[in-house]
Amino acid sequence: MLKAVILIGGPQKGTRFRPLSFEVPKPLFPVAGVPMIQHHIEACAQVHGMQEILLIGFYQPDEPLTRFLEAAQQEFNLPIRYLQEFAPLGTGGGLYHFRDQILAGGPEAFFVLNADVCSDFPLGAMLDAHRREPHPFLLLGTTANRTQSLNYGCIVENPETHEVLHYVEKPSTFVSDIINCGIYLFSPEALKPLRDVFQRNQQDQQLCLDLGDGSSGSWPGAGTIRLEQDVFTALSGQGQIYVHLTDGIWSQIKSAGSALYASRLYLNRYQLTHPERLAQLTPGGPCIRGNVFIHPTAKVASSAVLGPNVSIGEGVTIGEGVRLRESIVLHGATLQEHTCVLHSIVGWGSTVGRWARVEGTANDPNPNDPRARMDSESLFRDGKLLPAITILGCRVRIPAEVLILNSIVLPHKELSRSFTNQIIL
Amino acid sequence: MKALILVGGYGTRLRPLTLSTPKPLVDFCNKPILLHQVEALVKAGVNHVILAVSYMSEMLEKEMKEQELRLGIRISLSHEQEPLGTAGPLALARELLTENSDPFFVLNSDIICDFPFAAMVQFHQHHGQEGTIVVTKVEEPSKYGVVVSEADTGRIHRFVEKPQVFVSNKINAGMYIFGPSVLRRIQLQPTSIEKEIFPVMAKEGQLYAMELPGFWMDIGQPKDFLTGMCLFLQSLRQTQPERLCSGPGIVGNVLVDPSTRIGQNCSIGPNVSLGPGVVVEDGVCIKRCTVLRGAHIRSHSWLDSCIVGWSSRVGQWVRMENVTVLGEDVIVGDELYLNGASVLPHKSIGESVPEPRIIM
Repeated sequence: MLKAVILIGGPQKGTRFRPLSFEVPKPLFPVAGVPMIQHHIEACAQVHGMQEILLIGFYQPDEPLTRFLEAAQQEFNLPIRYLQEFAPLGTGGGLYHFRDQILAGGPEAFFVLNADVCSDFPLGAMLDAHRREPHPFLLLGTTANRTQSLNYGCIVENPETHEVLHYVEKPSTFVSDIINCGIYLFSPEALKPLRDVFQRNQQDQQLCLDLGDGSSGSWPGAGTIRLEQDVFTALSGQGQIYVHLTDGIWSQIKSAGSALYASRLYLNRYQLTHPERLAQLTPGGPCIRGNVFIHPTAKVASSAVLGPNVSIGEGVTIGEGVRLRESIVLHGATLQEHTCVLHSIVGWGSTVGRWARVEGTANDPNPNDPRARMDSESLFRDGKLLPAITILGCRVRIPAEVLILNSIVLPHKELSRSFTNQIIL
Repeated sequence: MKALILVGGYGTRLRPLTLSTPKPLVDFCNKPILLHQVEALVKAGVNHVILAVSYMSEMLEKEMKEQELRLGIRISLSHEQEPLGTAGPLALARELLTENSDPFFVLNSDIICDFPFAAMVQFHQHHGQEGTIVVTKVEEPSKYGVVVSEADTGRIHRFVEKPQVFVSNKINAGMYIFGPSVLRRIQLQPTSIEKEIFPVMAKEGQLYAMELPGFWMDIGQPKDFLTGMCLFLQSLRQTQPERLCSGPGIVGNVLVDPSTRIGQNCSIGPNVSLGPGVVVEDGVCIKRCTVLRGAHIRSHSWLDSCIVGWSSRVGQWVRMENVTVLGEDVIVGDELYLNGASVLPHKSIGESVPEPRIIM
């Protein structure tokens, strides 16, 4: 039997996802119409022999998370539980801390998935590779171009055996164009090296305490394990870590801009996996161009034109003559007549007035470079806000006829004029 | 009576519109700029209009032939080989202007107002001296040359260029009447009537100022063209409200040619003029714009403070603002944003213009 662990992090993480992460834990942010980690759960649920899915993180188990877990258990008929860390334990600390829960029932192996990745999750192929040749750690790897590889964990493999010979997290010079996807298959033996790291960290900490400079603030925290540096880098070249390469879809979801890009990838994939989620042209319905998700409770006027890459959430109202392209409209938002929304995320309960234009700038990977990934997304360069997608936080009000271009509007703001290239507090 | 209109050169300030059409023929509120003046002159008894041009245009000649017939007057073109300033053209047209001894009008071609030609004749006859110039009040006289005149008679004392302390709030409005004797002051060479002729006439007590009631605007560049349109439409509201459009979706002062077609759920106005054959599709919002003959605005677009050139096509969900000017036959793709773009004729725009610039 198999299990899966999804590492969902905590509220201190995901700052690059502001202001959207103020309202909902980032792992529940809707990507292509469903919570980010539902894509993970769906992929896990399809693996034959999957018995349990565990979420590990340090979010307080709030209502949206609880409701999501209940709904997901129902839908997939699988136990899905949330294990809350007592403190942020890094990418590996939680796995070690909750090792008993993970190994309970004696799984043959368990998947470990970072929540903030978008992928077609080739879990079956990884499992086949593992069963052909079991090793403690199997990493999913993909390719990036030389410059962009520096933003990721870089893997040097033995091309014949696919053993990981060298692993560096975000190197400053080029190491390899194979990058870590944050999707792993671990065997139960993987917990032994984790235990070694844990114990070594404990000893180091004790040593510091003995030396008298152990102010708890400067120490990353007992039990913290960084899977990438403490384990992959340390154990590479020792016959324990292997890589499985994929050329399927993959992208990180660190920022709102990358969520929009991930939405595009997932919507495109729905043609294969969930055609029922894609809006169809219907008599009396809106005009649909390309891949569009419309929540069944949304009200969309027949003269609206939507797509490509548009996701419309629960209870959203789209007025007559609205144009939406490359955008996400979240729960309860209203777009009044003739508005034009391009490359933007419209926050929960926000209102956009008639003939207003909400527009951002896409920072998608170069479509002519098959190895191109999202660039590392800093908001500023030389003190200037870089053109990026426009984000309206929760319950923002945009008056009629104004232009909001390349701007970020923080929640509950009522604007009275146009803005370009600004963060509006 | 005769009138000399100083048309001048290529009208570069009103480009890109004047790349396709001579400035006097550019429609202002659905009538060529020049005809606003010529028709008012005819009403005041002018039967011979002389256009002082420094370049020849077949289009202008042809149009003027037609207007001669339509209005039953004579229209001559007086062609300068080299630019002669604002006074030189009078010397060039000396023969035409002295065919009889009547006083004659001289006008700058870029101005729009309720032309007070009959009142000018009266005023001129009343004071009996050589020249009358029309003056208009401005809010910030320090930006202009002002006219200092006697309050009761209008006799001009002097001209002050860009006064730093307040001396007067009246500026030259670019409309004059002169007796033929003025021509003895002017040589056939580049001369400025404002700087070289008027001060001398004022000194001799030969120049009087008549104050213009109502609006006045120099519409020689796009920004002022739009401001002038607003003033003109407001004046129409007072004088001939029946010429303005009303109905659902029409807001404020809107002038629409009978052949214009407007779709459902639009908001047109305030201050919009739509030319002949213009098509405005459903759900369009237009305010403070001039849309010239044959242009087509597709659905759900939003236009504020723009001039849309002849036969141009504006796509769906386009936003244009901030004195965007489209030349003739420009195509603006769907969903674009044009901010202060100045687009040359026959151009197809496929990308937004977020900051003001010229699109060659």
